[in-house]
Amino acid sequence: MAMEVTQVLLNAQSVDSTVRKHAEESLRQFQEQNLSVFLLSLSGELAGEDKPVDSRKLAGLILKNALDAKEQHRKYELVQKWLALDVGVKTQIKTCLLQILSSPVPDARSTASQVIAKIAAIELPQKQWPELIGSLLSNIHQVPAHVKQATLETLGYLCEEVSPDVVDQDQVNKILTAVVQGMSANEGNNDVRLAATRALYNALGFAQANFSNDMERDYIMRVVCEATLSPDVKIRQAAFECLVSISSTYYEKLAPYIQDIFNITAKAVREDEEPVALQAIELWSSICDEEIDILEEYGGDFTADSDVPCYYFIKQALPALVPMLLETLLKQEEDQDLDEGAWNLAMAGGTCLGLVARTVGDDIVPLVMPFIEENITKSEWRQREAATYAFGSILEGPSPDKLTSIVNVALNFMLTALTNDPNSHVKDTTAWTLGRIFEFLHGSTVETPIITPGNCPQIIRVLLQSMNDAPNVAEKACGALYFLAQGYEDIGSASPITPYFQEIVKSLLSVTDKEDAGESRLRTAAYETLNEVVRCSTDETAAMVLQLVPIIMTKLHQTLEAEKLSSDEREKQNELQGLLCGCLQVITQKLGASEPTQYAFMQFADQIMNLFLRVFACRSATVHEEAMLAIGAVAHATGPDFAKYMPELYKYLEMGLQNFEEYQVCAVTVGVVGDICRALEDTVLPYCDGIMTQLLKDLSSNQLHRSVKPPIFSCFGDIALAIGENFEKYLMYAMPMLQSAAELSAHTSGADDEMIEYTNLLRNGILEAYSGIFQGFKNSPKTQLLIPYAPHILQFLDSIYMEKDMDDVVMKTAIGVLGDLADTLGSNAGSLIQLSLSCKEFLNECLSSDDHLIKESAEWAKMAISRAISV
Amino acid sequence: MAPHDLRRPFKRPAISDQQRRRDLSLLRQKQNRLDAQRRARCLASSVLSFQSEPKPPSQEQSHFELELELEIEPDAEEHQGPATTYDVRQASKLRGTEARRWFAKQLMLPEWMIDVPPNLNTDWYVFARPAGKRCFVVSSNGTTVSRLRNGILLHRFPSALPNGARINNVSRSSQSYCILDCIFHEPDQTYYVIDMVCWAGFSLYECTAEFRFFWLNSKLVEVGVCDTPSTFHKYRFATVPVYNCDQEGLQTAYIGPVPYIKDGLLFYNKHAHYETGNTPLALVWKDENCSEYVIDTDSKGQVPNQQQLVLELQDDGRLATSDDPSVIFGWLNEDFIQKTGLHAGNLLRFAVNDGGLSFVDGKLEKADLQYLGQSNRARAFADSYSKVMFQYIVRHSPLKIEHLFASIGPLGDGDIASHDVEMAA
Repeated sequence: MAMEVTQVLLNAQSVDSTVRKHAEESLRQFQEQNLSVFLLSLSGELAGEDKPVDSRKLAGLILKNALDAKEQHRKYELVQKWLALDVGVKTQIKTCLLQILSSPVPDARSTASQVIAKIAAIELPQKQWPELIGSLLSNIHQVPAHVKQATLETLGYLCEEVSPDVVDQDQVNKILTAVVQGMSANEGNNDVRLAATRALYNALGFAQANFSNDMERDYIMRVVCEATLSPDVKIRQAAFECLVSISSTYYEKLAPYIQDIFNITAKAVREDEEPVALQAIELWSSICDEEIDILEEYGGDFTADSDVPCYYFIKQALPALVPMLLETLLKQEEDQDLDEGAWNLAMAGGTCLGLVARTVGDDIVPLVMPFIEENITKSEWRQREAATYAFGSILEGPSPDKLTSIVNVALNFMLTALTNDPNSHVKDTTAWTLGRIFEFLHGSTVETPIITPGNCPQIIRVLLQSMNDAPNVAEKACGALYFLAQGYEDIGSASPITPYFQEIVKSLLSVTDKEDAGESRLRTAAYETLNEVVRCSTDETAAMVLQLVPIIMTKLHQTLEAEKLSSDEREKQNELQGLLCGCLQVITQKLGASEPTQYAFMQFADQIMNLFLRVFACRSATVHEEAMLAIGAVAHATGPDFAKYMPELYKYLEMGLQNFEEYQVCAVTVGVVGDICRALEDTVLPYCDGIMTQLLKDLSSNQLHRSVKPPIFSCFGDIALAIGENFEKYLMYAMPMLQSAAELSAHTSGADDEMIEYTNLLRNGILEAYSGIFQGFKNSPKTQLLIPYAPHILQFLDSIYMEKDMDDVVMKTAIGVLGDLADTLGSNAGSLIQLSLSCKEFLNECLSSDDHLIKESAEWAKMAISRAISV
Repeated sequence: MAPHDLRRPFKRPAISDQQRRRDLSLLRQKQNRLDAQRRARCLASSVLSFQSEPKPPSQEQSHFELELELEIEPDAEEHQGPATTYDVRQASKLRGTEARRWFAKQLMLPEWMIDVPPNLNTDWYVFARPAGKRCFVVSSNGTTVSRLRNGILLHRFPSALPNGARINNVSRSSQSYCILDCIFHEPDQTYYVIDMVCWAGFSLYECTAEFRFFWLNSKLVEVGVCDTPSTFHKYRFATVPVYNCDQEGLQTAYIGPVPYIKDGLLFYNKHAHYETGNTPLALVWKDENCSEYVIDTDSKGQVPNQQQLVLELQDDGRLATSDDPSVIFGWLNEDFIQKTGLHAGNLLRFAVNDGGLSFVDGKLEKADLQYLGQSNRARAFADSYSKVMFQYIVRHSPLKIEHLFASIGPLGDGDIASHDVEMAA
């Protein structure tokens, strides 16, 4: 048997696919038939010093995959299977794995480390394997360096896999002591030191208490800083990674060390090898991230409390930090704009400069301007590009007051450079900078307009001209045009874009047809810009938007004609269909927003729907998200006439609702069901059995991404509002589901921000469902069917009010539900309502809210209640 | 423990257009859901039925004589149409006769106070009624329209009421209309708001007067309707001070100064809903001190020697008040109806002869009436029983302010019921 396993594992790595597949199949059968023996064999294989390295590694890998999976429910299944195994078997495997840490073969040790960490992740939260950490730590004092190295690596993986709260502080202290000692300069073996440094990176999350202790923190910081000076580049890089992580995890503890950190990073940026220098820049980017978050939380109100105070490290470091970053800008690589994976010193430095500008605002401008002025006219392209990039980077952050006069001078220069500069790299950055100017300094909120009737025509002309440049330049020009159009979003009738609308649309369409439009995501950028130009267009150009419909339809039609596509071609077709459906969606939504254009749009509705259905039919099992999204817009535009598409569309709706894997598709389909309900009202009834069944299945599934569940509840409301008392037959299924979800979401004690946010989304969905159901049943003789649910719903409202953590959206919906309940049940619920907390404190709180939507709902609720209790 | 990827987005806008498409779709769906919800909440609660079926004649019979005087030309106009139900938004689009007929049915009409109701001091409000034209003010679709009691259009104008003017106010949906019960006071060209029926699409029909007055006072101020007129707000609106009907309240309403000409006092029961048509839960009372028009005048503004009243001719020739159920004051014989070409639904004017009105056990027993002719065509209704009675007692033994004060009693000395101790839990 043992021999057999080795051969099967080797076969599973064979180049011959038949052999490989056969081997994989036998492994799978083995796993299914007898998991205990399977796992024992694999651990034995991994332990076998006489076995080939390849089979040992694969054995370890398969063992690891039998313990964990990315997908949540699969992961849960695997965990349960491991926990159910015989204790003897598990002990045997674990003992075996710990022994492998002493193996002379590095790959075997490393693989075993990872498997041990996976088992720890399962067992430690269950209070099992209590001796693990102790036995690992005893290894640290063993003489052979490779055992020490493997043990530190295991501790690193363990810290990565296990949540800090399942390891008690005493053990944390021991782990950290071992790790930090291992990375100190006294450790003579570089492999050990590197393993320790990498382990610390993962252990930092466990060090909360230790970072609060001055002495321990000083010690850790000293060792980490020393490690950044190690002669081994890998150790230096790993040490900087630790520093980056410390700077965000323990931002509030950095003050005593910031000067040293600056010195170390400055030296690294200027002198060290690129991987190390990039980490050094990243450290300052992370500090910017922290300070931007903190300052955002202050919300401009500096008297407000934030959990963490801002130490203004960036502001203090500014005079030295900015010159250091500007130097990096001159270290561009040729053709970095053409390589999507590129990441170098100049890119990292410019990105950091942008973050610094966002952190400090106006202060950065005088520090950067001399660099720009000195370099922007130089003959060397690197200098011109660096100057332009520096300029583009500081456009977000400083106030428009500070920037407007500079931008006014620069704008002409930029337009000329975009037309005439001989270097494509400079043009690329110039077009990008123009886009940034329009993004941050143009729009209805900016007081002094950068774009005037005088320069607007020239700007448009230059940008359209650049559409014919190299794809990377043209793509940036599209981006600039995108923000140019966006700035006129709220302008109303007299948009300066209007006279050029036709020309812009024509240019963008011809860009999409260019042969090289597939490069640098140019085609995508052109369609996205077209979308934005359409979104921001005014009534005057509505006729031209309408003319776009048949043009885009023809393009979509063409994609459907292609036959016998290779998988690569199919992927491209799919992407192009996405862009075209997206464009049709934007146009439909635009035309559907006002009555005359909506009417004109109707002439195309049949053809468009026919195309969308064919797009769906192109694919066997999945639904095209963009097409689905577009269908929602059509349903909204056509209203009750949409009924005629339902017989054919229905199966795709069902397919979309069943798509657990691509949860976005499922979410979009749920939204479209809502659109259809509002369009069809009670004529949607014949489809509701199927839709409701699917939605209920979705809710019960633990495979479906949780973000889709709140919209599903809201969709119940949409359906109930559309079909009214016909919702009766779904009450017995929907209500218990709503009720148990309501119970789960009533309390959030101990949850983190993200969980509270999700809980509020869930509450909102539940409440929208109740709202729709109550309103749907209003004035129906079947209203009394809802009476039994009223006590629970009122209780739910009371408990979320008491919890004091609902957001404004939930507040608005919740108080509305109180009104809906009173409105529909009337005097039947009068006394019940009067007993609730919601109709007193909560209602009063909402009535005095500053949010006019909350207030409006509350006023309505007050009236409904007043009617219910006065009858 | 792979080193983490430190690449950051480079020269890329932070938001992708695909995400923007999703977000904007979600936003549209959210807005549409909100609209659907609003529509559902406003619907039905504001559907007022247009009752066109005349009530079957009451079985009550009275006997009195009629003397014929005038030849009257037939009037074909006032036929009732088929029963139709409009909600207010649909009704606001009605034109001409239809609109008049609809709106004529929607006002709450106070009865005249011929007896002091019990618990006046605890259950009632009192306020001085402004002299002027009673009307509905309806704001919808960016315009405001006022209609008189008979449904005739008074003004069409922009106002600061929700949806009352065409200004760029995107947040207002088409459902957001208002109906106010007002009196238009000519001297200062002001609409005095005496009641609120719908506000921003929400119906207040089934709310108590207490709630409606509270709402009225807070909302009008909030939207700036009481501000000085401007381009988008042509007429001034004002609220009327409303008092609890205790000694002090009644006193203030009766003699206290107000910026308008008083025309009697209005009494509203605090717990009453807004009901269309005549209701005994709102009462009007007047004397010479608080009204210029205590006794009805004729078309020339003179007080006629004899009390006049308007009654509606029914199918069987009986003459009815506008009450529901109506009170029958007598009948016309068939000969006379044929001769004069009158038909059911006509409003006829009569004078009370010297025989007067006689009562048995508080019920009208006999009325000595004289036919004068058809009433003014602008009239939409016959007189109510309480109006006739009030006019009658004003001419004979008026209900005086002293009676009202007496029924309230001095402070702390109300009727026995008010001495009952309420057991609060």
